[in-house]
Amino acid sequence: MTFTVPSELEAELNELITHYPQKRSASLMFLHALQEHFGHISKEAVEWTATKLELQPINIWELVTFYPMFRQEPVGRHQIKVCRTLSCALGGSHTLHKHLCSRLGLDSKKHGIQTTQDGKFSVEFVECLASCGTAPVAMCNETFHEAVTQEKADAILSECR
Amino acid sequence: MPQEYRLILKHADQAGYTPDIECYLRHGGYEALRKALALGVKELPDGKKMTAQEQIRDEVLKSGLRGRGGAGFSCGLKWSFVDRKSGKPIYLICNADESEPGTFKDRQILHKDPHQLIEGMIISCFANDVKLAYIYIRGEMPEGARLLNKALKEARAKGFLGKNILGTGVDIEIHVHRGAGAYICGEETGLIESLEGKRAYPRIKPPYFPAILGLYMCPTIVNNVETLAAVRHIVSMGASEYAKLGTANNTGTRIVSLSGQVKRPGYFEVEVGKVTLGELIYHENFGGGLREGRTLKAIIPGGSSSKVLKAGEVFKVKKKGEDGQWVPVDMNLLDLPYDFDSLQQAGSMSGSGAIIVMDDSVDIVGVLANLGEFYAHESCGQCTPCREGSLWMSKALHRLTHGHGRKEDANYLLHIAQNIQGRTICAFGEACAWPVLSFVKKFKDEFEARGAADEANAAQGSHAANAVASHKV
Repeated sequence: MTFTVPSELEAELNELITHYPQKRSASLMFLHALQEHFGHISKEAVEWTATKLELQPINIWELVTFYPMFRQEPVGRHQIKVCRTLSCALGGSHTLHKHLCSRLGLDSKKHGIQTTQDGKFSVEFVECLASCGTAPVAMCNETFHEAVTQEKADAILSECR
Repeated sequence: MPQEYRLILKHADQAGYTPDIECYLRHGGYEALRKALALGVKELPDGKKMTAQEQIRDEVLKSGLRGRGGAGFSCGLKWSFVDRKSGKPIYLICNADESEPGTFKDRQILHKDPHQLIEGMIISCFANDVKLAYIYIRGEMPEGARLLNKALKEARAKGFLGKNILGTGVDIEIHVHRGAGAYICGEETGLIESLEGKRAYPRIKPPYFPAILGLYMCPTIVNNVETLAAVRHIVSMGASEYAKLGTANNTGTRIVSLSGQVKRPGYFEVEVGKVTLGELIYHENFGGGLREGRTLKAIIPGGSSSKVLKAGEVFKVKKKGEDGQWVPVDMNLLDLPYDFDSLQQAGSMSGSGAIIVMDDSVDIVGVLANLGEFYAHESCGQCTPCREGSLWMSKALHRLTHGHGRKEDANYLLHIAQNIQGRTICAFGEACAWPVLSFVKKFKDEFEARGAADEANAAQGSHAANAVASHKV
């Protein structure tokens, strides 16, 4: 598979570099943009970013492996993040996580991110999403959902196409 | 009657209030910036002269504004540490990496009133001769980042930002930078490393005080979202008026995030110190009390890293007597004024202003296990005591909540926590040790009983029977 960054995206990224006195600073923003476009951060994406920012690939790998939001493997088209931390746990996030997993045929006891076989959904527990007053909260891709009851969770799933 | 005092969130929740610049301008937006830019040189009685920038910095210092991110350090003092003679550029960073468990106040400003933050930032940049500033927003707030980018674009179009602001010759630029899910980026030197495109490994102080050696080894100011929003109001109303809000040494308003087992969780902006912890939890204007039939068990008063307070605890707190003297008085937990100093005297802190309430239905061991997992996940891994210790603590807590505990685990947890605090580069060491130290010390009987029960069951070969439901909190 060849790795090609569309010219509009590259232009966008070139503009991002200008935001910083040092190119290296743009690396997190590069990785966000590339992951958004390709779905995950591949070896090629790492090398491409390193070249663009005049860095070594290791300088980018160490970011991909450090920051939890970056992933090296493709995940489901709809990625659901359920907040695991205290206020949400008190508000029922474990029940929500179990419900989502059982609806999608996933094992809620397994550690880490899980993806359905058809590649449509991924479910994972994440740490505090900073909306503790409306627990339990979850994100479906970039959309934020508050006070997610089981009915609401079902509605979120059915809205995903 | 205790009630909210909305200054920063005055308009945020009003019907029809939108995050765009037109709406902000209709509500007096950017007037404080105009006022700041119009300040001339002030002649002092002793013949000395004060520049506009010095006047604003002086106002912020006099306002008594304390950082709203967690440490509660004087904002004006922080600004005064900035090395202005190095000849290097000075940077300002807005810390919008809101990720202290329990905290959801900056989210409200970022999503509902982004221009207020931007105005506060432009004023702060002007006051500190900053030409380039960043908003470091956590990666999990993509909508917030979009709104901020849109707002910055609007501000540039109106001439409030960019080159030659409002024709004054002042150049200030602000960019949005997104984090990527690491809690440690909330630590200011970790944030700076992250903004430089590296792993967020906090820097050791000394020598890397941001005010001297910050971003790109240049003097740097890192302020929380709410703090920068407050600057706008200090300039607008004047330091003396602002300082009338709140209480002595705890001035202004702050947005309290209330979550956990209360009837009405939410965010409430109050005058600092004018409302007690008990009122925030029980009063109908705030939390509205616990659920029916429940009694209070514990309170985490300032984000998950603050030390837990146990229901019924009584503290010695200094209070101003009728003769004006500060005298120590006994104060019940619920009577503590919610401010920086009282919580500190109670052995904890108001931190990021996040209160998590727990009633008698919680399994206190499970609560700490939940937090233990958080800290084990979020340790950056740079310092051995924290990297290894946070995981050991989490493992011990995991076995205590899964039927494999030991009676000695309580002391084991204390031992590890004591060996983390004070032995790490950044305050994360304390942040992960304090919850363990306070929970285990204050609820030791429950931790020991759990471990002892597991041991007894294991002796009978039936430890599985005692296993509480996985991850029960």
